[in-house]
Amino acid sequence: MADILFWFIALVTIVSAMTVVLNNQLLYSAIALLFTLFGVAGLYIYLWADFIAGVQLLVYIGGINVLIIFGIMLTNRISSVRLSQTNIQQGVGGVVGFWIFLMLAMVINKTQWYESTGAEPSSTVYEVGTLLMTKYILPFEAASILLLGALIGAAILSRQEN
Amino acid sequence: MDQLNNYLFIAAALFSIGLFGVITRRNGIAVLMGVELILNSANLNFVAFSRFGGMNLDGHIFALIVIVLAAAEAAVALAIVINIYNNLNTINIDEASSMRE
Repeated sequence: MADILFWFIALVTIVSAMTVVLNNQLLYSAIALLFTLFGVAGLYIYLWADFIAGVQLLVYIGGINVLIIFGIMLTNRISSVRLSQTNIQQGVGGVVGFWIFLMLAMVINKTQWYESTGAEPSSTVYEVGTLLMTKYILPFEAASILLLGALIGAAILSRQEN
Repeated sequence: MDQLNNYLFIAAALFSIGLFGVITRRNGIAVLMGVELILNSANLNFVAFSRFGGMNLDGHIFALIVIVLAAAEAAVALAIVINIYNNLNTINIDEASSMRE
């Protein structure tokens, strides 16, 4: 049962990712991106990363995807034109993408990966919080400064000057 | 589902699809969506290696930092795209090739 669900989630992720890059309607792409992010969150749960899955739902689906939909709405004249665009050089892009996937798949297949399963933790929140406050305190603070800078920068950039 | 290879294959597929989007899309926001796919594939790899490396949680921290960076990147990139749209009236990135109007 869990196996079937895993492959279903993987299929949904890949198919909706294809829709993101292939669909001509931008809004459909944004909605397909939502399904991809949901699928990746499901894969995180299979990987015992409950906290990351929650953050994925909150930040990606609740934040970034909504931001992207806002961007689509603000940069198109919705009443006059269809929110569409056509891709260019699909052949070249397809060859490059497929070739890179082939190379990656070969590397993944040939490498003897070190695998040790370990025990499934009941929750990772406590350990992640401890790590963030002890070993990774400097990246944590740097990320908060970066977020502050991005906030101010985005506000200044998108303001209408008179 | 209990094999590292499956997750690596899914992440590789997501990466190549995102790369395809970045190469072929003309709309700035659609390119941004391709970048999000690539970031997600990298995150999936981090978490998968963390799980199969004996549940070492350092990979989770990396994934968190990547998510934070993606949020900041999306905000700034959308502000830039909206500015380009206000100035040039288009967000097709092959038309927006000059830094001024």
